[in-house]
Amino acid sequence: MDLSLLLHDTLAIGPISLITLVGLVVLTIEALHNKTENINCWISLVGLAAALVLSLVQLPTTGTAFSDMIATGGYASFFSAVFAAAGLLTVMLSKSYIKKQSIEHGEYYAILLFAIVGMMLMAAATDLVTLFLGLELMSLSFYILAGFVRRRNESNEAALKYFLLGAFATGFLLYGIALLYGSAGTTHIPSIVGKAGMLASSTMFLIGCGLLLIGFAFKIAAVPFHMWVPDVYEGSPTTVSGFMSTGGKAAAFAAVLVVFAPALVRGVEPVRDVLAVIAALSMIVGNVIAIAQTSIKRMLAYSSIAHAGYILVGVIAANSYGAQGVLFYLVAYTMMNVGAFGILSYLESEDGKNVSFDDYRGLSASRPTLALLMGIFMFSLTGIPPFAGFFGKYYVFAGAVQAGYTWLAILGVLMSVISAYYYLRLVVLMYFSEREQDAPVIAVPTSGLGMAALVLSAIALLGFGIYPSVVLNFISHFF
Amino acid sequence: MTVELVLFYLFGSVAVGTGLGMILQRNALLSALLLVGNFFCIAALYLLLQQQFLAVIQIVVYTGAIMVLVVFVIMLLNLAEDHPRPKKNSMQYSIAVALVIGFLVELVYILMFTDRAPAGFHPEAGKLGTVESIGDALFNKFMLPFEVASVLLLVAVVGAVLLAKKRLP
Repeated sequence: MDLSLLLHDTLAIGPISLITLVGLVVLTIEALHNKTENINCWISLVGLAAALVLSLVQLPTTGTAFSDMIATGGYASFFSAVFAAAGLLTVMLSKSYIKKQSIEHGEYYAILLFAIVGMMLMAAATDLVTLFLGLELMSLSFYILAGFVRRRNESNEAALKYFLLGAFATGFLLYGIALLYGSAGTTHIPSIVGKAGMLASSTMFLIGCGLLLIGFAFKIAAVPFHMWVPDVYEGSPTTVSGFMSTGGKAAAFAAVLVVFAPALVRGVEPVRDVLAVIAALSMIVGNVIAIAQTSIKRMLAYSSIAHAGYILVGVIAANSYGAQGVLFYLVAYTMMNVGAFGILSYLESEDGKNVSFDDYRGLSASRPTLALLMGIFMFSLTGIPPFAGFFGKYYVFAGAVQAGYTWLAILGVLMSVISAYYYLRLVVLMYFSEREQDAPVIAVPTSGLGMAALVLSAIALLGFGIYPSVVLNFISHFF
Repeated sequence: MTVELVLFYLFGSVAVGTGLGMILQRNALLSALLLVGNFFCIAALYLLLQQQFLAVIQIVVYTGAIMVLVVFVIMLLNLAEDHPRPKKNSMQYSIAVALVIGFLVELVYILMFTDRAPAGFHPEAGKLGTVESIGDALFNKFMLPFEVASVLLLVAVVGAVLLAKKRLP
């Protein structure tokens, strides 16, 4: 590859190159100096903000780079912006949290940045090789981050559980990729999607799709591949759980929408049927089990499974309404879940306590701002207008109705009603319940950076909810 | 007989011999060493097929890395010399025998009853196995995946050190 082309392509995937570079710089600083936590946090913040701006600048010009291994602009840039924004909010929330948990090491930021690089690669991949490497980069970083609080058994358990099951899922994914290559004769994703109608009768192709689906279902946390979710989300550092459930899920869905593109889903009927079953099960299981939870962290984990189901409905719809709905939903979900986990991390005590429903009784009296913000996130997660969560659900379900999957849309709406019970229960506890007299009040330090992140996500939710066209204008020409 | 054929029979028979020796040997460490010998012979067979890169990788990865790991594990576990023989009528034993017989039948079937006329040596096959052609692919078409793999390894190394060595507060 000659040098000028190399330079051109490196700039074309600007956000990815930039975040990799920032990650390496953070690692180097950490290796050379002591007491680097502050500077590394700020470097990461600046890097992520620059990547966010760069992604939005590159959005209008689409193309490919590195001998058609990766897409630039358009869809890829849109997701780069989402991941950079999610990373930005997470880093802002992390600063005080990792200090409180005494895990303030510079590597935390470096690995978080590399996870973002992996996500960006997944969303931008035009070749199964790139997709696989991006997915592994993201997953590996998450395994490490999950086990970051080494003194806590739950954290070790989360890391080990996630690693073992994740490695197993990777095996399925890789075998699926091999079979797809065998049947289609190429690893170039658009070529495979283009041949999908022709290959639909090939058994090897169908088995390949099935194995790939298992790998992806694990990553998006869909039933029946969801067993790891509650334990991993509960055991991991709370900010990391928030990032896993938003960035990680969005990246996996970005990859799903590239491989199981509308054309492929429409052309290969068995894939669509299997997806419909997975989506229905995820909505039912996630919502029903979430009702019984006493820990908010676990409740959010099950709700994350349910949301994977809602978003899958948009993939099944396989029309422009549904696909755009998926993108919009992911933006909204990122904001509300980073926010909800952010508040949990804000109020969590040093030993990982203070995250149960009972601990939030009467929060509106002691912490009115936090209670209000949590209320906004909960209303948005339920899907109540005018918050962005409502429009995400609306577009996804509208797409399903248009595609003839009315039963899925009805099921989704019914399940959303059930979800109101556990989301709004928290609001009721915060506002209409008294704190028990003998319950110890846990004093948590305020953090300006963390509060700013929470307020920003709440504003974004309200803004995108009232003016969804802000986001829709970007994505309307992708599908 | 050409030189190639002589070499093939030489390395082939040594490979079979060391393979058998590995299974029959009851000392774990000797068994591992015999496996190393087997890997070398397989590498030599790759060379005869003009797959230079594969031959080198076979030695570097299998004999170099994986076998060192195996030997480490054997020494760490400190296996007893007189490991009890598996019982002849155990479940495990019968499954093993069934699998071996199944595999044998499969081999015989393929060797005896399927059409295996040699397709001949593809003229391009020799070029594919060279370090040059693989380097060419890695640094042109697969440049990006190659670089991403290096970041992936970096994260793995940092993570391993972090989780294993960082001092607990």
